[in-house]
Amino acid sequence: MLQGLVLLLGFQFAGELFARLLDLPIPGNVIGMAMLLVALAAGVVKQESISEAGELLLKYMALFFVPAGVGVMLYFELIAREWLPIIVGTVVSTFVVMAVTGWVEQLLGGDSD
Amino acid sequence: MTELLSSPLFGVVLTLVTFRLAELLYRRSGFILFNPVFVSICAIIAILKVSQISYADYARGGDLILFLLGPSVVALALPLWQRREQVLKRKLPILAGVCAGALASIASAAGTAWLLGASPEVVLSLVPKSVTTPIAIGISEQIGGIVPLTAALVVLTGCLGAICGPEFCRLIGIRKPTSLGLAIGTASHGIGTARVLAEDRLAGAVSGLAIGLNGLTTAVVVPLLWFVFGWN
Repeated sequence: MLQGLVLLLGFQFAGELFARLLDLPIPGNVIGMAMLLVALAAGVVKQESISEAGELLLKYMALFFVPAGVGVMLYFELIAREWLPIIVGTVVSTFVVMAVTGWVEQLLGGDSD
Repeated sequence: MTELLSSPLFGVVLTLVTFRLAELLYRRSGFILFNPVFVSICAIIAILKVSQISYADYARGGDLILFLLGPSVVALALPLWQRREQVLKRKLPILAGVCAGALASIASAAGTAWLLGASPEVVLSLVPKSVTTPIAIGISEQIGGIVPLTAALVVLTGCLGAICGPEFCRLIGIRKPTSLGLAIGTASHGIGTARVLAEDRLAGAVSGLAIGLNGLTTAVVVPLLWFVFGWN
């Protein structure tokens, strides 16, 4: 468990470092995910050594977004000022993206497994 | 009393208890609008507003929970690795889907807001709303959006995908786990992914991949468009 957590945090740290050194606009945790994938493919990291900690974190991932969401309360006035275009734009666009992305993938990839 | 409020324990306990209750409510009712993340956010905001507790007091504990988001995103490599064969088999459709989705996101968000008469800064703030927060903030800053507004809209977009993304996708005929996961990950980043992952491993794996791919695509495309069309 601890080993897995250390590895995951280590990859996140490496990702943050990489992003900063190269001045990339990509978050360190996303780079860390890519690095971990490469390490798994190269056999440097064994899946078993991170699965216990990783699965636990993934199981509760939704919870970790809650504090970020509560931060929205600071910006209610900002949204209220032009609420109609903001809300309609966000809602319409979210559904458009899902439809376009899913349809393109399914059309090009086919329905078969 | 005030000492206890400014201890990190307050924010941690409030978040955990609220989330646990929200999860029970969701399971018992099976009502999609009772999505645990969405309900918890609304409930905590209401509690803080009513009891006049500042966001800063809450955040001392909230930040501790938020910290765990970092290693969880790294852990998204795990489902992706386990389902690598199925994902690689559809690598071209997946890449094409994300590119189409990223462009559709920029055009539809900016277009709708502009048609409804939003001010230019608001239109620009909406552009990166489907991208994971740190990338979205960077893009918003770069093109002259209102950064806190973008951050708030990223959360809203995520909740929307978590609340009804899978239902909407099935309704319009998106059924393949790779298509559904890609659609929700591209539109609703991590918050959408968290729900998809709990329901289907392959869809969750692709959804996690989509967070990175859409972030990358949008981060490259928006400055390019901005350069070409000279938005400001």
